[in-house]
Amino acid sequence: MKKILIAFLLVFFAFFSFATIKIGVVLPLTGGVSAFGQLVWEGVQLAHEQVLKVLGEEIELVLIDNRSEKTEAANAVSRAIEKEHVLAIVGEVVSGNTLAGGQIAEEKHVPMISPSSTNPLVTDGKKFVSRVCFTDPFQGGALAVFAKENLGLKKVAVFVDIEQDYSVGLTNFFIDTFTKLGGQAKKIYFKSGDQEFSAQITQALSFGADAILVTGYYPEIALVAQQSKMLGFTGKLLAGDGADAPELIQIGGEAVEGLYFTTHYHPDAKVTEKSKEFVDAYFKKYGRKPSTLSALGYDAYMILVDAIKRAGKADSELVAQEIRKTRNFEGATGIINIDENGNAVKSVVIDVVKNGEFAFEAVINPDQIVVK
Amino acid sequence: MNLNSVLIIQNLFNGLMVGGLYALIAVGYTMVYGILRLINFAHGDIMTMGIYFAFYAVVLMKMPFFLGVIFSIFATAILGFLVDRIAYKPLRNAPRISALITAIGMSFFIESFAVVFFGSNYKSFLKTLGSNSSIIFKTYKIGKIIIPQITLYVILITFFTLLILFYIVYKTKIGMAMRAISADIPTTSLMGINVDLVIGFTFALGSALAAIAGVMWALRYPNFYPYTGFNPGLKAFIAAVFGGIGSLQGAVLGGFLLGLIEIMLITLFPSVMQYKDAFAFLILILILTIKPSGLLGKRSIVKV
Repeated sequence: MKKILIAFLLVFFAFFSFATIKIGVVLPLTGGVSAFGQLVWEGVQLAHEQVLKVLGEEIELVLIDNRSEKTEAANAVSRAIEKEHVLAIVGEVVSGNTLAGGQIAEEKHVPMISPSSTNPLVTDGKKFVSRVCFTDPFQGGALAVFAKENLGLKKVAVFVDIEQDYSVGLTNFFIDTFTKLGGQAKKIYFKSGDQEFSAQITQALSFGADAILVTGYYPEIALVAQQSKMLGFTGKLLAGDGADAPELIQIGGEAVEGLYFTTHYHPDAKVTEKSKEFVDAYFKKYGRKPSTLSALGYDAYMILVDAIKRAGKADSELVAQEIRKTRNFEGATGIINIDENGNAVKSVVIDVVKNGEFAFEAVINPDQIVVK
Repeated sequence: MNLNSVLIIQNLFNGLMVGGLYALIAVGYTMVYGILRLINFAHGDIMTMGIYFAFYAVVLMKMPFFLGVIFSIFATAILGFLVDRIAYKPLRNAPRISALITAIGMSFFIESFAVVFFGSNYKSFLKTLGSNSSIIFKTYKIGKIIIPQITLYVILITFFTLLILFYIVYKTKIGMAMRAISADIPTTSLMGINVDLVIGFTFALGSALAAIAGVMWALRYPNFYPYTGFNPGLKAFIAAVFGGIGSLQGAVLGGFLLGLIEIMLITLFPSVMQYKDAFAFLILILILTIKPSGLLGKRSIVKV
C-alpha cells in the first residue's frame, strides 16, 4: 500500500512539475547596477501575480543573478537553458550583458526579451533576442536635439564608459546628431567602477564645455556630478537612461539637481489605461511610485506571455516569432509595437531631477527627429 | 603630454590623498604578512565592513557621525580579530597555501554576507550627515587651484593615524612583541609571550586602520556597496608588494607612491586615463621582475 502511495505521489509530482511553463529571469541583482535588476524584478513579479497562467499551465519564474558581469550574464543564460530548461528568458538589463547572454540564447534557439537594453547590436542579426524599449540611435538623437534646441548648448563634454557597449554606442549616436546640428563635442573616457574623476573633469573644463553628458550608469553619473560641482563646473548635466534609478539621487544628493536625462517612461505621464492600472497596482504592492525599469520589466513579461498565448504552444521558435509580431500592445509604458528586427518603436521621455525627485520634462516622438 | 601647472598641483593633492588611503590599507597587509607570511585577501572586505559599521551606527543607532566612526573602528578591529580566530588560527601549522585559500574564501564570505544583510545597492553617507553633508562639497580656492576640503582632511587624518601606528609598533610593549614574532615565532613564545593574542592584536590593529581608511574613502567618493573594498584592497596589496611586503615603512612608501603615480600619469597623459587600473598592475609586474623584494624589502634567504 505504502509503495503504491509513493508511486502515485511521484507520478503526481512528475505530472505537476511538467505542467508548468518556466520563464528564466536573468538580472543583475548584485554588483554595479544591482538597483536596475531589483527594479525590473519588482515589475516582473507584479506582472506574474496578475497573469499566473498561460495556455492553461502555471508560469514558473526562475530568477538568476549575474552580479552585473558580462561573463556571469552568459553563464546565467546557459544555466537557465541547460539546467532549468526554460521556455524563454526575460533579461538582461544593460546592453553589454544582454549581448553576452543573447549570443547563447541565439545559439540555443531560446527567445530572450530585454526590458531595457538599448544598444542596436543587442538584436542586430539575431532571431531570438528582442526588446521592449527604443534603441540608442534614437535615444542619442533625441538627447542631441533636446540639448541643442531646448537647452541651447554648444559644447558638450561626453564622458564615455569604455567598458559598456551601451555607453560607447550612445555617445557616438549623440555626437553624430549633435555635430550635425552645429554643436561641438569631445569624448572623455572612464571605466565602470571608477571613483576618481577629477582628471576627466578638468579636461572637460579646459575644453570649455557648457554641459557634461555622462553616457554611463547611475553610480558613475552621481560621482561625476558631485566632483564636477566640487571642481567649479557650473554648466548643465546630461545623461541617458542609465541614470534612471532612485539610487542616482541617494548617491548624488544635491549634486544631481537639474540633471536632464532621457528615459522610457514617467509614472506621471499616464499614456494608456494600462499605465494607470499599473501605477495603482504597483503602489498598492510596494508603497511607492514605480520606476521606469519596473514598468519595462512588467511590459517585458506581459509581452512574452502574450506571445506564448498567440503561439498556441510552448515552442520556443514560435514564441520568438510571435514576440516580433507584437502590434499595438497596451503596456505600462505605452502602446508597444515590436518590429521584425526585434526592436520596439517608442517615444523618448526627458526627465529632470527637481527637489530630489524625477520630474517629467518633455516627450520626443520618433517622427520628431529628422537626422539629416 | 599635458603640462598645466594648476592641474598638476591640484592632482598632487589628489594623489597624496589616494596614496594615503592605499598606505593605510597596505599596512594591514604588510603587518599580517610580516608575522604569518599570509596575504590576508579579506582585508579589502574588512575595510568595506568598516564603512557599513559606521553607516549603520549612524543610521540605526542614531549616533552622531564622529561617534559612529569611533564605534566602527572598534567593531572592525573586533571583526579582524575574529576573522583570525575563526579562519586562520586553526591553520597556523597547515601549509601556507591552505591559509591563502582560506583568505580568499573569507573575502568571498564577507562580501556575500554584506550582500545578504546590507543589500547590494549603493549607499551613501550624504543623508546620514544631514545638514553637515555640504562638507563633502566644500573646496578651498587659491587662485585657480581648487582643492576639496575633504582631501586635505583625509591627508591630515592619514598622517596622524600612521604616526599613531608607528608609535604602537616601535614604542610600546605589544609593538615590541609584534616585531619579535615577525622575527621568530617559536622563540618569542618561549619568552612567555602569548603569541596568539599578539597575532590577534595585529589583525585588530590592521582592521582598525582599514576602517578609518574605509570611512574616509566613502566620504570622498560617496557611494559604497559590498564590493567597494575590492579595488582599493587590490591596489593596497600592490602597494605593499611595491614597497616591500613585510616592511611597514615600505607599505607606507608604496601606498603614497602608487597613489601619486596613478593620478599623475592620467594628469600628464589624459588620453590613457581609462587604463588607470592597468598601471598599478604594470608597476606590480615591473617591481617583481626588477626587485622582487620590493623597494624597502629585505631579501630573505630560505633554507631548504
